[in-house]
Amino acid sequence: MAKKAHKPTVVEKKLVGVADVVITAAEKRKDPTLTIPVRALSNVTFNERKGLIEMGKRKQARSFFNMAMAKKFMQTVLVADALAELQRANLTTSLREIYYRTKHTIKNSHENTLDTQDESDPIIEDLEVSLAALREELHVRAENAGSIVGPVVFVDDGDRVDCTRLGKGGYSVPSIVEPEYLQIARCTADFVLLVEKGTQWNRLSEDKFWRRYNCVLLTGNGQPPRGVRRLARRLHEEKSLPVYVLVDNDPWGYYIYSVIKQGSINLAFESQRMAIPKAKFIGLSSADPEAYGLPRNVGIKLNEKDTARAKELLNYNWFQKKPWQEEIKRMLSSGLKYELDALANKDFQYLTKRYLPRKLKEKDWLD
Amino acid sequence: MATATAAAVAPKRASEAPKTVTAVEMGARQREISVSEFFTKNRHLLGFDNPRKALLTCVKEAVDNALDACEEAGILPDVLVKVEVVGDAPASQATRFRVTVADNGPGIVRKQIPPIFAKLLYGSKFHRLRMSRGQQGIGISAAGMYAQLTTGKPVHIISRTSARAAAHDFEVQIDTKKNEPRILSEKQIEWDARRGTQVSMEIEGRYQKGRASVDEYIEQTVISNPHVTLTYVTPEGETKKYPRTYDQLPPTPREIKPHPYGIEFGMLLKMLHDTSSHSLTGFLACDFSRVSPPVAEEIRKTAGLSPRARPRDIHGHAAENLFKAIQSTKIMAPTTNCLSPIGERAILAGLYKQIKGEFYTAVTRPPAVYRGNPFVIEAGLAYGKSPDQAQPATTKAEPLAEGEKHDTDDELARIIRYANRVPLQYQPAACAITKSALDTSWRNYGLTQSRGALPGGPMVIFVHMASVWVPFTSESKEAIADYDEIRKEMALALNECGRRLRAFLRRRERAHSEHRRRNIFELYIEEIVESCNRLKGGKLQTAKLKDQLQKMANRITGGEKTDAALGRNGSGPEGLPHSIIVTPEGVEGEVPVLAADAAPVAATNGAVAHAKTDDKVRPLPRAKKATTLRKKKKK
Repeated sequence: MAKKAHKPTVVEKKLVGVADVVITAAEKRKDPTLTIPVRALSNVTFNERKGLIEMGKRKQARSFFNMAMAKKFMQTVLVADALAELQRANLTTSLREIYYRTKHTIKNSHENTLDTQDESDPIIEDLEVSLAALREELHVRAENAGSIVGPVVFVDDGDRVDCTRLGKGGYSVPSIVEPEYLQIARCTADFVLLVEKGTQWNRLSEDKFWRRYNCVLLTGNGQPPRGVRRLARRLHEEKSLPVYVLVDNDPWGYYIYSVIKQGSINLAFESQRMAIPKAKFIGLSSADPEAYGLPRNVGIKLNEKDTARAKELLNYNWFQKKPWQEEIKRMLSSGLKYELDALANKDFQYLTKRYLPRKLKEKDWLD
Repeated sequence: MATATAAAVAPKRASEAPKTVTAVEMGARQREISVSEFFTKNRHLLGFDNPRKALLTCVKEAVDNALDACEEAGILPDVLVKVEVVGDAPASQATRFRVTVADNGPGIVRKQIPPIFAKLLYGSKFHRLRMSRGQQGIGISAAGMYAQLTTGKPVHIISRTSARAAAHDFEVQIDTKKNEPRILSEKQIEWDARRGTQVSMEIEGRYQKGRASVDEYIEQTVISNPHVTLTYVTPEGETKKYPRTYDQLPPTPREIKPHPYGIEFGMLLKMLHDTSSHSLTGFLACDFSRVSPPVAEEIRKTAGLSPRARPRDIHGHAAENLFKAIQSTKIMAPTTNCLSPIGERAILAGLYKQIKGEFYTAVTRPPAVYRGNPFVIEAGLAYGKSPDQAQPATTKAEPLAEGEKHDTDDELARIIRYANRVPLQYQPAACAITKSALDTSWRNYGLTQSRGALPGGPMVIFVHMASVWVPFTSESKEAIADYDEIRKEMALALNECGRRLRAFLRRRERAHSEHRRRNIFELYIEEIVESCNRLKGGKLQTAKLKDQLQKMANRITGGEKTDAALGRNGSGPEGLPHSIIVTPEGVEGEVPVLAADAAPVAATNGAVAHAKTDDKVRPLPRAKKATTLRKKKKK
């Protein structure tokens, strides 16, 4: 058959392994069971030496002949099937398309295999973890939700992309930035500045901050997607650029920084190639309002959720350094959070012209 | 003062000036109003507001009378109701109907026929404190008067008291001025029926199905009177037969004397005047219930009246003192043997027969008292869709799109209200029954309920109030008045029903999930095998894998555990008293046994039925097939 010509990839073999689990178990009259590493705070450890969050060894069993898991098991096999199909066809797709591809009515019933995308997304993550295959390797991409501008040249699908010549908008970071897909042809920048918010990135880009300070400006529009994190990591690793992170002064900003630096709890298994343990927190610090004379009235009162989240952060192993404990406690005691945008209170270009220059000059950052 | 214009107007005014009328002239115009005349003008008070309701009221009054008569005579009622269209319009367009109601009751003696059917406020029930459907002696003669008023046709009656007696055939009308019957024709005829009464009248009406229709009335009457065999010939010519499901007459209610607490001042005065006793204590002890001579003496002392005072001579202030004394003396609650509740078994039988469902239960509360009147509240529930109704709904269901939910069944429960076995079909909002059903927190019993609304779900809530004197909000007897004591009893009865419903729902939920357990693996196995086959590039022996998984599924689920959860191991209907549960596999509980099926068992109900567990499950014919199949499987 024509199919024989196709040489299965490593990932495809792993996916077929899911079917083998079922077949072997059935042969032995055992309950088919997949083991999936637990993706929760309880199963991650902070490796202080490496500065990374690592996944623990705890696994959960997902068996078919268990009422609570039967459906999930069935869905897992279905998703594995769809992912294998992608491998064979050598296509990439989105999480949403996987959901539609696997959704159908179960024969002789009115039940759907999946009801919402919320059911298929975690299954894809489960497969990533248990097969030790990266999402990119599974050919699943996320939204292009990041932008980059600065003295760096990429080769994307054979096209040279010079990020100094892309105007204010910059280059939209693809979700898969592995070397096979995107090569860094040249980079003359001195450092990478990763900005939480698109608005502040726009401000810096418009003011050509990157030209003046010879840096690469990156943003992920909120919690940075994998592509942005991976690209920052590659610039850091391959071009040895220091990475500075500029986020809002609130618990969510702190957490974004920590994800960039040590990795996330949910995707702890990917920390190895995503995390940038040497990334620095440049701002907005809870000490800044005083140091930069921001008036109290541009702050926002912490709500209950903020306070609760901040208290959680205080307990995370990777926030145990003394300056960090002080930083978070200072925010809690002030009872206020500050957005980066609040700097505009002093001047529209305050961020570009005063705040960042002074931060960089004074090396005023947290590690 | 007198300008030109004023002068011009003045004479005109003089002619319009109020004419003075002398007392003599007024006196000439003052005369007695006959009751019949009064009701001719105020027919809405008796339920003849509009043609549709009038048709219902005529049927209702005639049927009430027939049933009351049969029960009092100790005869199991056999009633025929026939509504015919007069003229050739289709039933839904017709404006004239002939209503005929025939019973197998004791019949009426010749002399009494004219006044019963053609004299308002004539009857046997008004002067007695006894539970009966009719209370005032207005109903049937008012219906006759309505016929006379709208079509001019007389009421036609045939009655026979026994096989040996002659059958009398009368045509009567009311002389509305005198409130006296006018006999248009009277003859003796040959009649097929050995005993009974048939009344028929031609009226203006409107026949429309649905809420508060004759059809609904008949159906609801059958529920509350399962001991009645009823044949209903609809205006469309269809004959509906409702055979009796319970072959015991309700116990004959006893007549009681009024309880002192229930009496009003005017009534007391009248009784004082009418009594045959010569002493006050004698009057109190003889004419009231629950007043013993010592209690009578105590009342007399409290009222400060002389032991020699003659009841006839107690007026004004003394009477008022007596009235107050009665209220302040502690008197035993009235006897309750004057009541004849329907009974749990009979309600169950009625609901089961008339309403299709999965679960039935009935509660009869112990008697209670409001304003000196004893009463009993009974409640029942018929819940769910019967298995044969439920199936077509699931087969046409379609798979759901994202965000869609499974059939949002926004059907609400329906209340059926009864007073002394008579269905109440109008003014639900004014009725204490509706209020009680709304106030019950059905959520506690596993149903949905929005604020201030009836619970959701296919359910019929049955509430019956039996009393010697049902407090209606109006003469047309449409809604029960709101007394705290009555509301409390209703709430207690409904709560008990709710608790049983909850037990049933829990059990069904368990059975359902076990059932699902069985199915779910089978469904998913199919999916998994197909996916595995694709993963393996289509080279899998699918049948083999499927078989292996299937065997495991059977081993893991099923067997005893599922049977237990489905209640198939004879565990009975959850120990729920007076309940019936219907499942596709059969029927459990106190299923009514039709007279034809097994007379001896029915006669000795409860005791025998509970002695052997086998007897508990008494499947009806429709369930038999399933039961025999099951037995085979077990082997």
